[in-house]
Amino acid sequence: MNALEVSDLSFAYGAREALRQVSFSLAPGRFAALLGPNSAGKSTLIALLTRLYDVQRGDIRVGACSLRNAPRPALKQLGVVFQQSTLDLDLSVEQNLRYHAALHGMSRRETAIRVDAELARQSLTERRRERVRELNGGHRRRVEIARALLHEPRLLLLDEASVGLDPASRLALNQHIRSLCREHRLSVLWTTHLLDEVQPSDDLLILHQGRLVASGQADALSLEHGGDLGSAFARLTTSGAVR
Amino acid sequence: MNAYWQCFSGIVLREWLRFVLQRTRFLSALVRPLLWLLVFAAGFRAALGIAIIEPYDTYIPYEVYIIPGLACMILLFNGMQGSLSMVYDREMGSMRVLLTSPLPRTFLLCSKLLATSLISLLQVYAFLAIAWVYGVQPPAMGLLIALPALLLVALMLSALGLLLSNAIRQLENFAGVMNFVIFPLFFLSSALYPLWKMRESSEWLYWLCAVNPFTHAVELVRFALYERFNPLALAVCIGLTLLFSLLAVLTFNPQHATLRKSS
Repeated sequence: MNALEVSDLSFAYGAREALRQVSFSLAPGRFAALLGPNSAGKSTLIALLTRLYDVQRGDIRVGACSLRNAPRPALKQLGVVFQQSTLDLDLSVEQNLRYHAALHGMSRRETAIRVDAELARQSLTERRRERVRELNGGHRRRVEIARALLHEPRLLLLDEASVGLDPASRLALNQHIRSLCREHRLSVLWTTHLLDEVQPSDDLLILHQGRLVASGQADALSLEHGGDLGSAFARLTTSGAVR
Repeated sequence: MNAYWQCFSGIVLREWLRFVLQRTRFLSALVRPLLWLLVFAAGFRAALGIAIIEPYDTYIPYEVYIIPGLACMILLFNGMQGSLSMVYDREMGSMRVLLTSPLPRTFLLCSKLLATSLISLLQVYAFLAIAWVYGVQPPAMGLLIALPALLLVALMLSALGLLLSNAIRQLENFAGVMNFVIFPLFFLSSALYPLWKMRESSEWLYWLCAVNPFTHAVELVRFALYERFNPLALAVCIGLTLLFSLLAVLTFNPQHATLRKSS
């Protein structure tokens, strides 16, 4: 069963269509990069995947659960790291995690176990009592990842999670997420506009003007549309590509 | 059911931690009513004599009259500010975390309203404690009976705030809310002057005050503080709390924020 199944998804802001019949799937343990220029519809897609917006047409399934018909079990399987930090800066690392655990209805005992485990996994145990405000950008992202994984989701969405990080932190974050993917069969949807964050073996989705103009393994798509990823992306995201 | 309790207690704990950590917010919420009590009321008492009116058994100094109104003023400002901060949260992110919870959105919003209301009560009782030291001393039992009345009023005003925030276009519009919501609600009520005084000066002003929900909130608290029951005020406050909450939940849509930003 796929970790994520998006079928025939369309969405409009009034008369302006933001997504048109987008369909793709993500297998368990796969890392998928979602690429798209500005205004391609990435943010709208993330808002729909996280149920911030209600689905207008089509469907989104997380595992076996439809976000439209069974939002609660679907959201239970979903972890999200938003583009803008959503941490409480004045609260400690641990308090932020405990708040998230409470929102997911986790018991105190379960919370204690999971907070310890995720802090250890993100090498944040020493910093658990520090206020988030005192952490650097890379560590804050790690806290957000720890938080997103606290309820043991099967699918992790990262919306331009590397924005604002220095190159070393960006690379470290990317590698870290890939290791989670490999070791825990976690499926990851990573939205970005930075081509160097995509590896040849990744699943690649390219969104342009609200349509999915390409999907497949990154190296195969590169070969098919220009030889390297940069050329393929440029070719696929010129306006004419979708007409 | 346990998941709901864990979620609710987590939301209350977060509000509590933010309240404890942001002491300046607490102090500024107290300064406003204290200025009214210690400066305005002290100067105004000579100008305004209060006849014997319900629920008081005797003539009272103006400071005694104004206390319930100032307690509700704290709830009014907190309700509006708290709900507008939800607009900020909605645009800046932490509301998004709340909304990715698998629990129903209605439950999450109501929990948030109740949590901010409970924190507001702490500020009201801190104010009442200072007023007590200053010399305004309602019956001890009245302070206890006023607790559910204050909570109901806090919920009503928070729900009204959320309802308004659903319609507010930008974060900067708090000034507009001050001018068009907070000031009219506060000044056109029985918070500062009894309604019969208002009637002496203008019949239509009196009627505006009489139908103002904030008047009923103030009177509910005033009566409760003096161990009296005001069924009309209670009915109005319960009815409006349910109505505002229902409308606030129905009109809440995070998509609005994005639409406004993109428009």
